[in-house]
Amino acid sequence: MTAVGQVSDAVARDEVGDIDIQLIELSKRFDDVVAVDALSLEIERGSFFALLGPSGCGKTTTLRMIGGFEEPTSGRIELAGTDVSGLPPYKRDVNTVFQSYALFPHLTIFENVAFGLRRRKVRGDELRRRVVESLELVGLGGLERRKPRQLSGGQQQRIALARALVNRPRVLLLDEPLGALDLKLRKEMQLELKRIQHEVGITFVHVTHDQEEAMTMADRIVIMNHGQIEQLGTPSLLYEQPRTAFVASFLGVSNLLAGTVTGADRVRLADGTEVRVQRDALGGRTGSVQIGVRPEKLRLDGSESNTLEGTVAESAYIGVSTQYIVNTAAGAVTAYVQNDRPGAQAIPDGSRLTLSWNPDCTFVVDAQEAS
Amino acid sequence: MSAVTAPAEVARTRSPLRVLAWVRRHLLDAYALLALGYLFLPIAIVIAFSFNNPLGRFNYTWQGFTFHNWAHPLDYPGLSGALRVSIEIALLSSLIATVLGTLIALALVRYRFRGSSTTNLLIFVPMTTPEIVMGTSLLTLFLNWRIPQGFGTILIAHVAFNISYVVVTVRARLVGFDRHLEEAAMDLGANEVVTFFRVTLPLIAPGILAASLLAFALSIDDFVITYFNAGTTTTFPLFVWGSARVAVPPQINVVGTAIFLVAVGGMLVNVVWQNRRARLSA
Repeated sequence: MTAVGQVSDAVARDEVGDIDIQLIELSKRFDDVVAVDALSLEIERGSFFALLGPSGCGKTTTLRMIGGFEEPTSGRIELAGTDVSGLPPYKRDVNTVFQSYALFPHLTIFENVAFGLRRRKVRGDELRRRVVESLELVGLGGLERRKPRQLSGGQQQRIALARALVNRPRVLLLDEPLGALDLKLRKEMQLELKRIQHEVGITFVHVTHDQEEAMTMADRIVIMNHGQIEQLGTPSLLYEQPRTAFVASFLGVSNLLAGTVTGADRVRLADGTEVRVQRDALGGRTGSVQIGVRPEKLRLDGSESNTLEGTVAESAYIGVSTQYIVNTAAGAVTAYVQNDRPGAQAIPDGSRLTLSWNPDCTFVVDAQEAS
Repeated sequence: MSAVTAPAEVARTRSPLRVLAWVRRHLLDAYALLALGYLFLPIAIVIAFSFNNPLGRFNYTWQGFTFHNWAHPLDYPGLSGALRVSIEIALLSSLIATVLGTLIALALVRYRFRGSSTTNLLIFVPMTTPEIVMGTSLLTLFLNWRIPQGFGTILIAHVAFNISYVVVTVRARLVGFDRHLEEAAMDLGANEVVTFFRVTLPLIAPGILAASLLAFALSIDDFVITYFNAGTTTTFPLFVWGSARVAVPPQINVVGTAIFLVAVGGMLVNVVWQNRRARLSA
C-alpha cells in the first residue's frame, strides 16, 4: 500500500482547489452533427466528477477528447494548466478505463497491468512491486499469470482499473465502466470505485447514463444534453433544485405543473390555486412557468402551506413506500408516502384529499414549449 | 419347441426394419467416406507411387515397393535446380505479398479514403481472372517493357496474384479487431509504432501466418502464369511438365509428397498454435 501512500502525499502537496481539467469552449462536430457544443468546464483536483446524460448527449465524446482519442473541432483542453489539445494520448498524463475494458487478450494480467510502466521504462523489482500493489488495490492479487478471458466481467473491470491506476495518472477517465455488469455487481463496484478514488486521491472523471450511479459515486455531476451543459452541481443540489425541466425529469421523478408567475415568490396554477415557491428558484421569471415538486415531498394530511385538492386515482404498495397517483385540477401528481408506521392502511381509490408541500421544496423551471 | 421358435420369429420379422434403421444411421458416414475418398484418392496415389520401383522411364504402373526413391530424392538431372528455384520464388513472393497485402488490408479496414471501396472490389479481380489471361497479359506487359523473362518476372507475377489472397485473409482477421485495444495501448503511453508491434501485430499474427502459408502454397505449384513468364528459368512444376514427355521419374512423386507434407505440417502447426492460444486465453 506504499504506492497509495505516495500518491496521497503527492495530492497533499498540491493546493486544495487546484483545477485539474479545464475545458474552454470545446466543440466537436462529426460531419453535420454537433456532438459537443462550446462546452466550458472546470474539474477540481481530487474530485469524483460525473458526466451524466442520455445517449448521444456528447458525454463520451467529451471524455474521448480529454483522453486524446478525438481531436476537438474547436476550443481548448487544459490539463493542470497546460494546453494538451493537440497532443496524442501517449503524451497526456491521463489514463482511461474503457467501457469494453480493452484488456490485451494476448498478454497475461501481469503484463496488462505492467504495460504502461514498461513504456515508461520501469523495470525489475519496482515494476513487480507496483503491479502487485495495484492488483491488491482492486482486490485481485494472485491472478497475475491468468489471461484476461479467464476472468469474469467484474474481474476484468477491476484489472482495467488497476492497469490505469498503476501509472498514477493526474486524471483517471472512466467511460461507462460498469455498463456491462449485472445490477448486483454494479452496486458493489460503485462503492468499490468510490473507496479506491478516496484511497488514491486521483481525479476521476466518470461518464455514465445511469443517474443513480452518478449520484451514488460523484461529488459533482454535470448533466449534459445535446452537447451542452444543462446543469452542474452536487448530487443534492441537482436533485433538490433542478434548473431545467430536463434535469428535473432526468434525475429522479418530478411533478411538473404549469402556472403563471403572480408575484416575487408566487405562482398561480392552472386550476387557480396559488402556491409559494423559493424566491431564488423563480430567478426573476415572469409569465408562464412550471413548478416542480418531488413525489416524496408531498404530504397527504394537509400539514404544509402549499396545498392542492385532488382525488386518489391509483395506489401501489412498493414496500418502503406507497405510491399514489392523485388527479388534481392542475394535473396528475405522483406522491410517495413512507410506510414508517405499523398497520398503516392505504387510502382507497376515489378518496378526496389535500396534497400539501413546503414552499422551500418547490423548484421552478421554464414553461414547456409547445410541441 | 414352439415356445423356443417364437422369439426367433419375432426377431426375423423385425430384422428388415432393423436393417433399414442401421442403413439410415450409417448413411451419412458412408457418404462422408465416399466424399473423402474422392478427395484424397489422387493424393494417396501420388504418395503410393513415390515408393514404386518402375521398370521403364514412366512411373505409371505399379511394379514393386522400394525406398530407393526416398533415399535419392534429387537423383534426376535438373530436378534439384528446378526445386531450388521454386522454393526461392515461393519464399520470396509469399514474403513480399504478405507484407504488401497486410498493409493493404490494414488500410482498407482502418481508413475511409477516396477509392477505398473501389480498391475493396478490385482486390478480387486477380483472384477471379483466369490464370491463362493473367499469364498472357503479364507476358505482353513484360515484352512491351522489354523486361527479360526469368526469375525476376516469375517473382513479380507470383507477388501479383498472391497479394489478393493475403489481403482477403488478413482483412478477415482485422474486421473483428477491437480498436479500443490500440487506444488503450496509446493511453498507456505507447506511441503508434510501439502500439503496432506490441498490440496490433501479435493479435493479427495468426491471420498473417495463415495468409503467408496460403501464398507459399499457391506460389510453389503455380504452372500457367509461370509458364508464360519464365523465359529459360525452370521451376518445379515446369520441370515436371517438361520431363513428362520423355520420362516421369518417381522422384517427382517424392518431391510432390514432400511438398504436400510440408504444407500439411505448416497448416497443422498453425491450427495447433491457434488452438493452444485459444485454450490459454479461454
